Amino acid sequence: MNQILRTERVSKHFGALTALSDVSLDVAPGERVALLGHNGAGKTTLFRIILGFLRAEAGCIAIEGNSPGSDAARRLVSYLPESVAFPKMLTGREIVTLYARLRSAPAGQVAEALDKVGLADAADRRCGTYSKGMRQRLGLAQAIVGTPRLLLLDEPTSGLDPLSRQRFYELISEIAAGGAAVLLSSHGLSELEARTDRVAILRRGELVANAPLADLQRSANLPVRIRVRSNAVEVENIHRAFGGERVNGISVEFACPRPDKMARLSAISALGDAIDDVDVYPPSLDEIYRYFLQQTEDEGAVG
Amino acid sequence: MNAVLAIAGTELRIGFRNRWILLSSLILLVFALLLVLLGSAPTGETTVSPLTVVAASLSTLSVYLVPLIALLLSFDAIAGEIDRGTLQLTLASPVSRGQVLIGKFLGHLAVLAVAVVIGYGIAGAAAFVSAGQAGSEGVGDMVRLIVTSIVLGATFIAIGYVASASVRQTGTAAALAVAIWLLAVVLYDLALLGGLLASSDGVFARNVFPYLLVANPADAFRVFNMAALDPGAAATGLAATGDFIPFLPELAILSPLLWAVIALGVSTFILKRVQP
Repeated sequence: MNQILRTERVSKHFGALTALSDVSLDVAPGERVALLGHNGAGKTTLFRIILGFLRAEAGCIAIEGNSPGSDAARRLVSYLPESVAFPKMLTGREIVTLYARLRSAPAGQVAEALDKVGLADAADRRCGTYSKGMRQRLGLAQAIVGTPRLLLLDEPTSGLDPLSRQRFYELISEIAAGGAAVLLSSHGLSELEARTDRVAILRRGELVANAPLADLQRSANLPVRIRVRSNAVEVENIHRAFGGERVNGISVEFACPRPDKMARLSAISALGDAIDDVDVYPPSLDEIYRYFLQQTEDEGAVG
Repeated sequence: MNAVLAIAGTELRIGFRNRWILLSSLILLVFALLLVLLGSAPTGETTVSPLTVVAASLSTLSVYLVPLIALLLSFDAIAGEIDRGTLQLTLASPVSRGQVLIGKFLGHLAVLAVAVVIGYGIAGAAAFVSAGQAGSEGVGDMVRLIVTSIVLGATFIAIGYVASASVRQTGTAAALAVAIWLLAVVLYDLALLGGLLASSDGVFARNVFPYLLVANPADAFRVFNMAALDPGAAATGLAATGDFIPFLPELAILSPLLWAVIALGVSTFILKRVQP
């Protein structure tokens, strides 16, 4: 078995509420897996079960063969909660040192971790003075000391500006390249910037997708959208030929199934001078995400 | 052990940085100096060391202030960390929950000890200097007062953890801490007084009252200190302590110690069931 994290058919209820049902999700060394879902979809519950804070009612979980919450498992796992407020009076270095000592990590790793997340210069300032992005990076720094085998990051990039987010994913990729498994949660696909190896989508406690992003794109099979710019005279003819909807008086936009894309494009180019410009939009990450959430909703309605 | 010390050191450092130590030392010092200055006038010409007199007044002050400072230090320990999300981080690391609590306890105890030593130490020194006589025999009384005040503080720090681990919101924990202080320091004594007044035959006073008195760690602290002081100087409120207590008053100090151990055990028990 070369998986670091194995979860098999895990279920958890809170009273009448189903938090997780039959969730099976493995993460291998060096793999970055994104766990997507709305608030309340069960992401944090899954994390808390993996950490041993909560007990699953059914199913089994192992972290390199150790049961969650055991000393051996806690030595392998590190965690960054969704919202964590470190004591404002302590410096970044003091906070990372504390968690390094709790994990019996060598003291040299503290400076190394701070350097990795780009906080070396601010390490001796009180973290009350840090910006949101710096606090988030401090959270990541405490998570990487002690060279954990599995990183659990709960919405690590929410509230970060695009530049910090990009830097954050670069860091996570570096850590994964060192052999650690990374499981991170997020609100939406568009936040991931395609920087994960696999995407798992939770909807009301059920795993509705678990595959690399490209596979999800393919299996969703969403149409591309084509926008044709013409002129005031020809736009009516084009609208009649291709359907779709008129935009701005001189443009037409329509959906086109993937296999038909090239045929449509050559039909458009055959129109010659009537066409001013053509734009082709592949389905956005958010559309794919919505597709998987809605598809299962429909299935649920039928069943 | 390293983890316990890391947590304790962090609490002590926070205590220094957020001026907790400074503030509580100042509070203790101001009240203590007031007692020293006001108390020096009536003493006048006595054979008792001025430090002994000060220790007597300060032991009453300790009953009120030390539990309050201790509870204010500890009520946030668990509930606050749940609120801020840092407890999850700590418990995700390979330390046991008992270690977390012991680490916090040692840290908070150090904060309180520094405050008591500074506050009472300066007040004692002031009394020593202002009296202008060599009353070195009172030094022992001051040291005993300081040490037992720290023991009393330890008790209420541990009791504060029980409150803090029982609820999830810091605000609720704070309310609980204030309620505990009121009950232990004010209402309990009023109830005992009522009991004494109500039972005129003296059965309550002889057979029940002494045990109820030392069952409260704050009262037990006062009994111990008053009894230990020179009986001549200890004619302050709890008159003739030794007469009505059917056991050695020195044993009274066991009460806060026992309470501290029990409260630490109970709070560890509760913390082990907390789902952060």
